[in-house]
Amino acid sequence: MEALRLDGNAVAGLLREVFAAEVTTAIGTCDGCGAVEAVGAVHVYMAAGTVLRCPHCDAVVMKLVRDGERIWIDLRGLRTLELAP
Amino acid sequence: MRPETDRVKTLGLEVPGWTGHRAGQHVDVRLTADDGYQAQRSYSIASSAGGSRVELTVELIDDGEVSPYLTEEARVGDRFELRGPVGGYFVWDPNPGGPVLLVGAGSGVVPLMAMVRQRAADGDEVRTRLLYSARSWEDVIYRDELERAGQRGDGLEIVYALTREQPPGWTGYGRRVDRELLAEVVPDELALTFVCGPTPFAEAVAEALVGLGHEPSRIKTERFGPTGG
Repeated sequence: MEALRLDGNAVAGLLREVFAAEVTTAIGTCDGCGAVEAVGAVHVYMAAGTVLRCPHCDAVVMKLVRDGERIWIDLRGLRTLELAP
Repeated sequence: MRPETDRVKTLGLEVPGWTGHRAGQHVDVRLTADDGYQAQRSYSIASSAGGSRVELTVELIDDGEVSPYLTEEARVGDRFELRGPVGGYFVWDPNPGGPVLLVGAGSGVVPLMAMVRQRAADGDEVRTRLLYSARSWEDVIYRDELERAGQRGDGLEIVYALTREQPPGWTGYGRRVDRELLAEVVPDELALTFVCGPTPFAEAVAEALVGLGHEPSRIKTERFGPTGG
């Protein structure tokens, strides 16, 4: 069964918690295809963890897993993340 | 608390220390049971910015964990945890620089309503067309307010697509929003488009708009789905 696809808006609260900033307007560069996109526009799949995928090439750009108070983050697929106030 | 339809209710929350929000932003609601079990869901803010009051419009999801409480059990005076406002991507910009298209399906109209309200509160007369897809007239959230807003003559136009059932004498669309319908409804020149609805709806609309020649970077989508309500 295909997991439900949402978008970066759905994880705005979680990302704010992690980065202490509004991240949906941040501009990410996918390490897979080099596409540049606002985090609000990336595809998001939520199951036991949260997976963010590039809307252009479908590569994983971020994974977040929460275990109680701990949050584990994998950012391998994200070449850069540009935050502006 | 205000019923909007059979399954949808608006809750007015008094949030001490609320510093305001932008139309389109949402909040995370966290409920904690007596045994410590927690459930959290994200809801779009329905109201325009102003004071410490925030309105959420919530649709009942039958087997959900949070929406049954918010729509059926919550009573005036109840307290629960809020985190927010969050989100900055799918938000109304007071100066979009040209006509704006809002496309919503079902409760996807909620953040768009915040935009309609903010636009009115600001006295903003930017040409705005709201295309709202609902199953029937009874399922249209904010019916009366939208009817009034559409007749104010301030550049807001509302187009309904009732997909399952239409009232007698209905002159609006009585079918699903697809490329053909969009081609009829959407202005040629658009500064910005906001699309909010279930994932298949949001993606189909965004794709159709791109197919009609609209710039992908000017189309913002917010998808939602049955994530447990």
